[in-house]
Amino acid sequence: MPVKNMIQALNDAMDVLLTEDEDVVIFGEDAGYFGGVFKTTDKLQEKHGIDRVFDTPINEAAIAAMAIGMAARGLKPIAEIQFADYIFPAIDQIVSEMSRIRYRSAGQFTSGCVVRSPWGGGIRGGQTHSMSPEAFFTHVPGLKVVVPSNPYDAKGLLIASLDSGDPVIFFEPKRIYNGPYDGVPDKPLMSWAKHAKGEVPEGRYTVELGKADIVREGEACTLVTYGTLVHVAEAAAEASGIDVEIIDLRTLVPYDIETIAKSVNKTGRVVVAHEAPRTSGFGAELAAQIQEECFYALEAPVFRLTGWDTPYPHAHEWAYFPTRDRMIRALKTVTEAA
Amino acid sequence: MSHGDPRFHVPVPPYRPGDEPDFSHLKLPKAGEAKKPRVDVAGMDTQDLALGLVGVLDHNHQAVGEWDPRLAPEVLREGLSHMVLTRIYDERMLKLQRQGKMSFYMKSTGEEAVAVAGAMALDKADMVFPSYRQQGILFARGRNIVDMMCHCISNSRDNLKGRQLPVHYTWADGNFFTVSGNLGTQFPQAVGYAMGCAYKGDKRIAASWIGDGTTAEGDFHGALTLASTYRAPVVLNVVNNQWAISTTQNIAIGDAPTFAAKGLGYGLASMRVDGHDFLAVYAATQWAADRARKGHGATLLELFSYRGDAHSTSDDPSKYRSKDEFRNWPLGDPIERLKQHLIGLGEWDEKRHAKLEEEMTKLVVRSYKEAESHGTLHDGPLSPTESIFEDVYAEQDWRLRRQRQDLGV
Repeated sequence: MPVKNMIQALNDAMDVLLTEDEDVVIFGEDAGYFGGVFKTTDKLQEKHGIDRVFDTPINEAAIAAMAIGMAARGLKPIAEIQFADYIFPAIDQIVSEMSRIRYRSAGQFTSGCVVRSPWGGGIRGGQTHSMSPEAFFTHVPGLKVVVPSNPYDAKGLLIASLDSGDPVIFFEPKRIYNGPYDGVPDKPLMSWAKHAKGEVPEGRYTVELGKADIVREGEACTLVTYGTLVHVAEAAAEASGIDVEIIDLRTLVPYDIETIAKSVNKTGRVVVAHEAPRTSGFGAELAAQIQEECFYALEAPVFRLTGWDTPYPHAHEWAYFPTRDRMIRALKTVTEAA
Repeated sequence: MSHGDPRFHVPVPPYRPGDEPDFSHLKLPKAGEAKKPRVDVAGMDTQDLALGLVGVLDHNHQAVGEWDPRLAPEVLREGLSHMVLTRIYDERMLKLQRQGKMSFYMKSTGEEAVAVAGAMALDKADMVFPSYRQQGILFARGRNIVDMMCHCISNSRDNLKGRQLPVHYTWADGNFFTVSGNLGTQFPQAVGYAMGCAYKGDKRIAASWIGDGTTAEGDFHGALTLASTYRAPVVLNVVNNQWAISTTQNIAIGDAPTFAAKGLGYGLASMRVDGHDFLAVYAATQWAADRARKGHGATLLELFSYRGDAHSTSDDPSKYRSKDEFRNWPLGDPIERLKQHLIGLGEWDEKRHAKLEEEMTKLVVRSYKEAESHGTLHDGPLSPTESIFEDVYAEQDWRLRRQRQDLGV
């Protein structure tokens, strides 16, 4: 089976979608001829045509609005926002419009589309190229929010997202585009070739939205996370010797409460982890839901391991980022609590 | 207390409550003066139209000049009928709102030609992305009035299941997109839709309407940029009704000479049109639609109008503007002008007009009775309560299923 990195897997997913359905169109800033600043849409314009994969003006609101209008006409748009940090100019179109077209019109119009965006830190991107703004969107009824953590899932989730017929905010952890990352600061890239999920089948397949993946089974505690931190968690489990059950959410909305609750009811201890700031982060939702579902099974308070309530710093990136060592401390705190 | 000269420029309207409005300063070009270019004209070559005014009906209510669309009398009578119905409907709905029959209402008094002539000049298959003040489009496209009222009173037959404020209509069967309360969002959406039409290779186009105040929103500029970049088959209408709730158009227009002039910077064909002149609105829309359909791209139309009544039932314009403004408006009343034109042609008379008004009033009263038989917002029946959990997604997920159970429905 061919080994691909996440960029190649996402490119492959879009190639599959473009090939099988003439209604699929892809657009974004630099997404056309150049193939995107991360090359995720590389060569797709050449292969599928300039009116199917094209460059847009630098106006994220207009990009989102164009997707809404095209979806209303029956197209299946995949819009790229160059960095998740740049999605805010589009927030009115996404939050007030895209998310509600089906509801507002009582099903007479729909706005099924995917808004893809490179997301998260760990790349020395500073404040404006490192954000994890998923909680802004998980709070919006009508949107689905997806964050893959490996090439296999990235391809299957992207195809499933466009299939879903709903608007999907699809955040791509750019730190692991080219290889998994264990959360040790400034460590050189590893390769997807050595990771089981670096193998990406040819052609169409889907990974069901709303289903989490247990990437490591364990008894001592549960760690719920998504994106880059899935790999940091695996490294933390290995380095600490703590028997952690690691759940990769994959879909944040709707999240897989069944898998989470089953695990927490088994382990009685849980860490929820994300790169985004703590206050009102998605971890708050997870912690609240976990205590509702699993209160009598819990043997320690739910631990939130997150970025700090600061903007994402540049020089002090590794003081902000939930590194492997911070994750180990979190696991110890939770597993050693009386 | 005097504050002295302002330290920076803050535009103010020429008249406030108690003033006698005099609009002679507007210096509007006369009907018939504007030249009509070919539909493939370069956008920049429409400067005269963007700074001028496309008008057909002159002060004697005669059709003059190159823009006369030469419509058959039955088409004019149809337009008049839709406009009369729009105004009577609005009046009746306002009264019903005052009686507590609905939560909110927005009239389109003075702007009937903008919606009705625009809709009639488009093909019924063209998708419209209106704001909340183009209900005339629905009449022109033949929507059932009972359905419109059922929406406004949010009853069990409301096709939007009680989810939207009154007047925020949706009618997919009539190619009428879902009206948003967030200003201007529909403008770039319409461009995306139009690009979708071009992509699908059909001859349909899209049209959208926003107000003068909304041109300050980023979505206005986004829409014009997209429309110009991709030469989208779309007609972009700015209804300059002079007022954005309590602020005049000069708060949005800045030092630009007209709103139409803003389109020139994007290279779009742009023109200002007498929005109270049924024939001018029809002709300009027809020209823009023809340009779009033939692949020459988008047009920005500024429909010069006047908001004849309050912004909404939550607004009281007597607090900020002179009550005589509409009466003194130099471009008159769109219904009266088309009526006088038809009378001048020998195709209409006062008696027939009175009869039309009587018929439309009866239709509206009768329709409301029927609508009310399906319930009202206050007394019900409404759409089933569990419907609030429907249409959020294609399929309900566990959260919505549980929340519906929590509510006990």
